[in-house]
Amino acid sequence: MTTRQDGRLTYAYAVLHRGARPPAGLLGIGDAPVRTVAEGSLAALVSDVPAAEFDQPGVHDRLEDLTWLEATARAHRGVVDETAAAVGVLPLRLVTVYRDEDAVRAALAAHTQRFERLLSRLEGRLEWGVKAYAQQLPDDRKPGDPKPNGRKPPEAESGREFLRRRLRDRKAGDAALHEADGMARAVHDALARTAEHSRLHRPQDGRLAEAVAASGAPDAAGRAPAGARPAVSRGPNLLNGAYLVRREEAGTFAERVGELAARSPALRIELTGPWAPYSFTDLADADDEAGRSTS
Amino acid sequence: MSYPAPGAGGGANLADILERVLDRGVVIVGDVRINLLDIELLTIKLRLIVASVERAEEMGIDWWRDDPSLSSGARRKELSQERRDRNREQRELARENAELKERLAALESREEAAREERALEERKEESP
Repeated sequence: MTTRQDGRLTYAYAVLHRGARPPAGLLGIGDAPVRTVAEGSLAALVSDVPAAEFDQPGVHDRLEDLTWLEATARAHRGVVDETAAAVGVLPLRLVTVYRDEDAVRAALAAHTQRFERLLSRLEGRLEWGVKAYAQQLPDDRKPGDPKPNGRKPPEAESGREFLRRRLRDRKAGDAALHEADGMARAVHDALARTAEHSRLHRPQDGRLAEAVAASGAPDAAGRAPAGARPAVSRGPNLLNGAYLVRREEAGTFAERVGELAARSPALRIELTGPWAPYSFTDLADADDEAGRSTS
Repeated sequence: MSYPAPGAGGGANLADILERVLDRGVVIVGDVRINLLDIELLTIKLRLIVASVERAEEMGIDWWRDDPSLSSGARRKELSQERRDRNREQRELARENAELKERLAALESREEAAREERALEERKEESP
């Protein structure tokens, strides 16, 4: 692509209604000021980014650089979610980059129908994330830890007693995980009924989360990386759900999550959000499908 | 349970964010062609956390694998599985080849020794 004379490209974060007012003073990637580019009934949130970083082919390598990817993802997310807190937005996928504002206008014009349909479908709704983890299982006690129920200490056991105890503990652990999994499903079912729509994401791999935490950059709130905070011991991620909820029902939804958490002692439940409706940008297409199949 | 901190999206970890900004959201073609449904995405995601693809797979980092939005990725997964299978086959063939060569060398040297022995005996027989 031929680069603009100023060596910059136009990065698009999200699409919104032309009349919608995003928060003032938004800063995007590289702390560049965010502005709107309007076309017809729509507008896009954009900022300038250096072509040296975002043009081909270098950008492909950059995407694989975790430090760069993390900074870009957090900046992208910051613009999208701060705006979503105020007005309805369609989040665009990371690194949607145009030559200049005219190219952004052309893209808005080319997709006007789809964007209008999605915006009206998602208007007044936000996404909430709920993750449920199994609480650490009782058989995770370190070998040799004293038994809480005053059984004989391990050194006084015969080999056979030891093996029996191990088997018993493992069975108890399996049963506990099974129970936790059942509770996680019940939590999802209850939340899916409370929300307008729901989507299940892949459960997060514990090792992935640890590797991410260890990657070092401070989080959005400027806190130290999670790796530097005392590690929270928790079991496997059983539920990673996204729920579309009307703005005015956010409190009810959060209360519902709280009730379910109180009722599910085998689970540790985390609520994230509010997010822009990232996980629901295929809704209009899905509605079309449904419309076609029933007609 | 833990409630989000005040302000947008407290409590979200980087994996939560990447799940959404890389995997979800509206896809439109920009001037910079990042075809995120293409092989790049798989590569990016595989390499997100650790330097090498093998390491990521060893660690079981595979939450993107069965993503329904990545049907082309799933196809590529099959392809890369085939490639891995092929590589494994090739490694096995190479190992088998090396073993055969060793055995052949052993046989050859044994045969050589036998030939020399026979030659010695023949010479003994010839000499009165």
